Amino acid sequence: MAASNSVTTADRSSTRERAADYLLGRHRFSAAEALPWVIAIAVFFVFPDRMTFGSQVLVMVMFALSLDLILGYAGIVTLGHAAFFGVGAYTVGLAAARLQWTEPISGLFAAAIVAGIVGFVTGWFLLRYRGLTLLMLTLATAIMLQETGNLRSDISGGYDGLPGLTFKPLLGVFDYDLYGHTYYLYALAVLAVVFYFVRRIVYSPFGQALTGIRENVRRMHAIGSPVHWRLVTVYTIAAAIAGVAGALFTQTNAYVTLTVFDFDNSAKVMVMLILGGTGRLYGAFVGATVYMVLEDYFSKLSPTFWQFGIGLVLVLAVLFARRGLLGIFESMGQYISARKKS
Amino acid sequence: MTAALQVEALNRSFGALPVTRDVNLALERGARCALIGPNGAGKTTLVNLITGALKPHSGRVLLDGQDITGLSQADRARRGLARTFQINQLFRGLTVLENLCMTIGERDGHCSNLWRSAGSKRVVIDEALDHLDSLRLTDDALKLVRELPYGRQRLVEIAIALAQKPRVLLLDEPAAGVPSSESHLILDVVAALDPDIAVLIIEHDMDVVFRFAKEITVLVQGAVFTQGTPNEIMNNEQVRAVYLGQESHRGGHHG
Repeated sequence: MAASNSVTTADRSSTRERAADYLLGRHRFSAAEALPWVIAIAVFFVFPDRMTFGSQVLVMVMFALSLDLILGYAGIVTLGHAAFFGVGAYTVGLAAARLQWTEPISGLFAAAIVAGIVGFVTGWFLLRYRGLTLLMLTLATAIMLQETGNLRSDISGGYDGLPGLTFKPLLGVFDYDLYGHTYYLYALAVLAVVFYFVRRIVYSPFGQALTGIRENVRRMHAIGSPVHWRLVTVYTIAAAIAGVAGALFTQTNAYVTLTVFDFDNSAKVMVMLILGGTGRLYGAFVGATVYMVLEDYFSKLSPTFWQFGIGLVLVLAVLFARRGLLGIFESMGQYISARKKS
Repeated sequence: MTAALQVEALNRSFGALPVTRDVNLALERGARCALIGPNGAGKTTLVNLITGALKPHSGRVLLDGQDITGLSQADRARRGLARTFQINQLFRGLTVLENLCMTIGERDGHCSNLWRSAGSKRVVIDEALDHLDSLRLTDDALKLVRELPYGRQRLVEIAIALAQKPRVLLLDEPAAGVPSSESHLILDVVAALDPDIAVLIIEHDMDVVFRFAKEITVLVQGAVFTQGTPNEIMNNEQVRAVYLGQESHRGGHHG
């Protein structure tokens, strides 16, 4: 009797240990997480003449990552995320064109702060709503910002934009080169910093609360979570990151036009994220890269009908990869580990 | 002694339809009170008014003597007012353990932290596991909620409410939707609740009500029809007529 008792106690405590270990170790880096970074650095050496394109991919990865924070984790569906990308892009652009503030890194901080403020203010008002209402309101926000820019085209440059911007050398040393090598590494370094930041948030108790809001907002209210405040906080952070992505966009292209606020831009980043997989951190990497490479490839293949190719891939993804491309890999991984066990 | 929960002259209507009419209710510390009434009597609405999911048109709700009528649902929860839902409201895509850790995190204010990893506080995980232990859910700790049978999910619902360390607990039909072969598991848990917690239970099963409650409030068409001990309610002719009459085959053998 005593023996069987001790066995069950041991069973129970080992069950407890396993359960605790799962949560205790979940945030640790795994070896596979080095992969995207290794690839990004390899690309630098293998395709030295495609660095401008590479920088664009990195910018879109960062943009999609910021959307993942609010869409994938907090479950906020928005069609106006380009608003913050645009605000960041124009913060740097206007600072350079009108104020001769051309130092790139401080420009990123300025873009983050300005976009963050816009995110905070609009989020405070809009995040009381959900669903279709929120979709329309976020869409309207981006359009209003775009039209404001259009109205004051004397400042913004309107749809002609602010061309021929020049920025100071990075850290005062590394100058902009024709092949975009410097800016590729610069964008990669900024992405790494932003990614680390986002990863901390996702695995923090705050990040857990965000998934709670996504999974069941009624329950979050019932357990005492200040839901609106949590949403405004994450919306502000995502806006700031989108602003940094926009700022990098302006800096790498050396120009910016009001098309950054286009609905196209908001929709594209969402498509990228869904293609890669939402709520998975690396979905943004896979989705943005695959989308951009396909777009590049198809547009060279058929300059008129390239969107058909993209459309086809998306239809296939929606039909056969409901959880995004990363979801396919996860399913494969589960299948293999299940085979090993049996 | 101030009541743990006091409801004073609460009114609420949906359009022209009054769903809560001048309801008065008091729960002392450690109370075991049942709220019964026919379908559509406004029982769940009353729970929603008490917890703040709905705002009353007039009247007050007091928690430990303090007026909480103007507070949000979340503020009330943080002051020790917990509830379970008639239909499960769980984080279905998360594990059972995460459901509990989330609750403890929000209760203790950890969830404002953006930098520390959620798993780094061993005390939270241990407490969550203790709660699961006490409801015999430890083996399910790492299962996703949506993979559990409905009866186990009902237990998670209760585990979350208990992890809030409430002073007042409102149970909205805790055994609803659970096959009768499993419902005793849930009712055993309800019967064994901490005697310091004031509990208000909404339940249709008269066996449960008469076994569990020391006081019963009968709600009919949004208004309190009568209040009393189980014996008084059982012997009340009018209650039998409006309510127990429908279920005399169940309530009968108690008489």
